[in-house]
Amino acid sequence: MSGIRFDSVSVAYNGTTVLDSLDLTVEPGEVMALLGPSGSGKTTALRAVAGFVRPLSGRVLIGGRDVTALPPHKRGIGMVVQQYALFPHMRVEENVAFGLRAQKAPRAEIPARVAEALEMTGMGAYAKRYPRELSGGQQQRVAIARALAIRPGVLLLDEPLSALDAQLRSGMLTELARLHRELPEVSILYVTHDQVEALTLADRIAVMDRARLQDCGTPQQLYRAPRTEFTASFVGNANLLPVTVADGGAVFAGRPLALDPGRAAPGSTATLCVRPHLLGLGEGPNALRGTIAEVQWRGSTHRLYVDVDGHRVKADLPELRETPALGDEVTLHFEPRDAVLLSAGVSHA
Amino acid sequence: MLVHSKGGRWAAWGLFGLLFLPLFALPLLVVVAASFATHWSGAFPSGPTTGNYAAAVRGESLQALTTSLVTAVTASLLALTIGTWAALAAAGLKKRGKRCLDALFMLPVAVSSVVVGLAVLVAFSRPPVLLNGTGSIVVLAHTILVTAFAYQSVSAAIVRLDPAYEQAAASLGARPAHVLWRVRLPLLLPSLTAAAGLCFALSMGELSATMMLYPPDWMPLPVRVFTATDRGSLFGGSAVAVVLMATTLLVLLAVSRVRTRASYR
Repeated sequence: MSGIRFDSVSVAYNGTTVLDSLDLTVEPGEVMALLGPSGSGKTTALRAVAGFVRPLSGRVLIGGRDVTALPPHKRGIGMVVQQYALFPHMRVEENVAFGLRAQKAPRAEIPARVAEALEMTGMGAYAKRYPRELSGGQQQRVAIARALAIRPGVLLLDEPLSALDAQLRSGMLTELARLHRELPEVSILYVTHDQVEALTLADRIAVMDRARLQDCGTPQQLYRAPRTEFTASFVGNANLLPVTVADGGAVFAGRPLALDPGRAAPGSTATLCVRPHLLGLGEGPNALRGTIAEVQWRGSTHRLYVDVDGHRVKADLPELRETPALGDEVTLHFEPRDAVLLSAGVSHA
Repeated sequence: MLVHSKGGRWAAWGLFGLLFLPLFALPLLVVVAASFATHWSGAFPSGPTTGNYAAAVRGESLQALTTSLVTAVTASLLALTIGTWAALAAAGLKKRGKRCLDALFMLPVAVSSVVVGLAVLVAFSRPPVLLNGTGSIVVLAHTILVTAFAYQSVSAAIVRLDPAYEQAAASLGARPAHVLWRVRLPLLLPSLTAAAGLCFALSMGELSATMMLYPPDWMPLPVRVFTATDRGSLFGGSAVAVVLMATTLLVLLAVSRVRTRASYR
């Protein structure tokens, strides 16, 4: 069982800091998603674990062992990257056997372990094919089988699904979740910019932005009670409205709203965070009146963009029978328990 | 070519023929025609014969062909080894170091082969390394000349090689040597064979440096063509030249077959 620990790891390229003193622990057997937009430092963090970038300062530990100065081949990791990087001159079985041969596994064991890894990813029937004869999804399975064949304590996945189409992606998400259930001892560091992948797969999510760790917690924590505006908007695309904290609630554009102010001091400014799907159309508690700026039909839902006192509010509603027209006056509302107040002090965004 | 109209396509082919035939094809055809002739006084050669070929594939000419093949194969293999090694080393260097190495390997091409021939002659004409008068001095000069091309084409191929492959290999626990032999070199194989073919062809045709260096018992085919025509034996020389051309083309064809089998995508 081995976990990963980042101990104030900083990385810079040509004087630009791309990872700023990251402190993060991935527990043994845990799936940790590094979630953030491009350029947030998440891939750099993964490459620091793999050994492809050398930290300017700080330490990387795998299974309690300091690996900061170790070359990649001595780190005992499995890695899968976005473009798969299957060796094009080797058959599928040779690709999967590569790590075992490189690590000088007993020759007699190799065929069985290759077969086991290919079975696990459902690619047993393709052992004799060349990578170019496989589809993108199949190549991805082989890449995962190749990484798992060496039985790594730590599995690094760098945007493994972003080259696949939407349908294949959701299938592979299920597969990855199953693989992790079958291999509960493997710690997984999963880099992605897709919040659905992170929410679905991860035990915990580390949200990154501009080379820094912004927030870290379970998917439920980050979704229901984000600590920063960045997390609130990046995970779940929340509405953020500036409010003034009042006794037993807050004031938005002169209108009192009933909600739990938590520990925010009355009179201080804060940001109200409410998820688009938790807004209802029509009168109710905490009503927000505005005009329709845009309507998008998304099959099972309608997304309304409503201008409320100069702030654009997004609302996701189950498919509407009567679609409001642009410029219509509408009222949105939300339950007090569905809103979160972010006090200005902890906000990074 | 991006020409869509029928007339335009004909014009393009016409222009191509007009440029290609006189520049590339005609001189070669003239040599082939001369190799089958005994006289050439009018517009066309006369006195058809195969006698020139009978002479071109035996005796001194045959020996010259063997000498050329041995020289070209040895020089290209040496050049490929040194060039690949240097190109791999250069890929690991920082920008300035790589630029220095690039310039160093371009030097023999930049200074012309006569200078290389002279340099080799001066350098190896006295102890401690006395090579003058042996075949090795010719092989050495050819190696120096063609290594530049091997280095250049392998360098270009390494730049195009996706680093994800070697990183994947390293993450699977492969040592750098294992990555080199099992991943990088196999992926570079198409470029390596192309470079080998280029080196071989260049060495087979090398004349200027060879002229300054060759000992009597190590006369390559181009020198034989030159001495034959120099003595006035134009038609015999042409036949030897055609043999040189055909041998080079045959070997290149064989190399290109290996290459097709070695390209994976």
